[in-house]
Amino acid sequence: MLRLLSIEIQKIKLNKAAKVITAVYFLLIIAIALIASIEFNFAQVNFRIADQGFFNFPFIWHFNTYVAGILKLFLAIIIVSMMSNEYSYRTLKQNLIDGMSKKEFITSKFLTVLMFAAISTVFVFLVSLILGFFFSDHTELAVVFRDMEYLLAYFIKLVGFFSFCLFLGIFVKRSAFALGFLVIWQIIEGIIYGVLKWQLFKGTEIAEKIINFFPLESMADLIKEPVTRLGGVQTLANQVGEEFNKDYNVQWYTILIVLIWTTIFIYGSYAILKRRDL
Amino acid sequence: MSTILEIKNLTKKFGKLVAVNDLSFSIEKGNVYGILGPNGSGKSTTLGIVLNVVNKTAGDFAWFGGNTSTHNALKKVGAIIESPNFYPYMTAKQNLELVCKIKGVPVTQVQKALKTVDLLERQNDKFKGFSLGMKQRLAIASALLNDPEILILDEPTNGLDPQGIHQIREIIKKIASEGTTILLASHLLDEVEKVCSHVVILRKGKSLYVGSVDGMNASFGFVTMECADMEALKKVLEADTNFGVIKTEGEKIVAYLTKEIDAASLNKLLFEKGITLSHLVKRKESLEEQFLELTKNTTNPTLN
Repeated sequence: MLRLLSIEIQKIKLNKAAKVITAVYFLLIIAIALIASIEFNFAQVNFRIADQGFFNFPFIWHFNTYVAGILKLFLAIIIVSMMSNEYSYRTLKQNLIDGMSKKEFITSKFLTVLMFAAISTVFVFLVSLILGFFFSDHTELAVVFRDMEYLLAYFIKLVGFFSFCLFLGIFVKRSAFALGFLVIWQIIEGIIYGVLKWQLFKGTEIAEKIINFFPLESMADLIKEPVTRLGGVQTLANQVGEEFNKDYNVQWYTILIVLIWTTIFIYGSYAILKRRDL
Repeated sequence: MSTILEIKNLTKKFGKLVAVNDLSFSIEKGNVYGILGPNGSGKSTTLGIVLNVVNKTAGDFAWFGGNTSTHNALKKVGAIIESPNFYPYMTAKQNLELVCKIKGVPVTQVQKALKTVDLLERQNDKFKGFSLGMKQRLAIASALLNDPEILILDEPTNGLDPQGIHQIREIIKKIASEGTTILLASHLLDEVEKVCSHVVILRKGKSLYVGSVDGMNASFGFVTMECADMEALKKVLEADTNFGVIKTEGEKIVAYLTKEIDAASLNKLLFEKGITLSHLVKRKESLEEQFLELTKNTTNPTLN
């Protein structure tokens, strides 16, 4: 395990592009703090984000994991290229000849995925904790550490997403095409949803239920958008005659769906690698 | 002698194309083997299968008696195939250290291997800046890191300049002289002739010959002769059981021997029959001639 991880760490650590992107990624997570300084006027009401309760415990866990979740695309580039580089440098072949088994190869990549997801989760935890102590109205420990399931959901979301990227990297072999495929897949899910919603199951909730089983949609479902949950936003919505009625909690079945997809992607990667002549 | 690699009835099909066809041979410790064959005869595919990167269609192979899994066996093997494959953004040293981690050998081996291939001075330069010759030498260094039981080289001098070819051959000879088993795939006959004791000859995925280089041709060589009275010479040769096929090539007669006979006694024999030779050369067929005889290739093979 450690041997495999240290091999992968060396491959990434010495790669300049990977280092820069990782640095930018973590800087951007820190930059979430800048959201606090946003101020704007809306319908004669002065909005200062920091005062709207975005950074209140325990809501901050929801908000920050959601925003940091958007940034995962940066790390996805590294995951995809670490896989496709092995093809273009033909080092995958060389690694196998040098005595790595195909299973070990996939394991080492999956360990890297887990490592990135874990580091990112810890990082988001620390940034949120510090931000929360700065801006939150409540800092009693019982409140601070409530709703921690959002961090678990965030970790699962990253592992699932990166596993998908890993699979695409192995399947497509070229990083640009793999990332393109990711975008296309998002569109495909959108089209399938559209067809289900407005053609097959018009006027029912079935489309929503089916689409929840798709990989990208289930990952997005893990952490729902937090903005409409805020008191201020809800009051505002009520004034214009809108009402939000949503369950913002992390659902166990969504976690299960994403974990199943993760398993499919990793075993799928292994199956492809096993069958392929290099 | 212990068997390092045994291949039994190995077959690989790419769709309709049969790249390796029912191939069997085994590799014994301490010998230097050559796999000979024109381009596309299945050399690289065969090596790819035993090196765990190409899936076989049928048949079997076993490393070191078959007691270890292929990937663990490969940790005791050093192999370079086709082009040298390394991470371009790492230095020579870093690349070799990575291979050490994969093979599970101490990183202290790196300096020794770099010294063998004379790359110590360039060890901190990035791989992407290396010339092809240096890349190939680094590949050999990488293959030597684990003090392998067998060194597998696939076309090691392909694409190199004469100086690079010479350097690689010197390194191979040095390694062979230290008693390491070597398997060398090549279409360059003189390369194989110079270093190998045994050959496997492939054509269209089938083995045409497996055995020692010396035993490759059962004949005892041939003599080229010339004299004043060619007709008389031909008659004498045809009557003598020492000779098999007799051919006239230009001004000379070429006669293939069926028994071991040295040039002096041959000369004496003919002189006693009243024939004075003005030209007598006794020669074994070169590997090239034997190879062409065996493969009977109608297309033009790449021969240097």
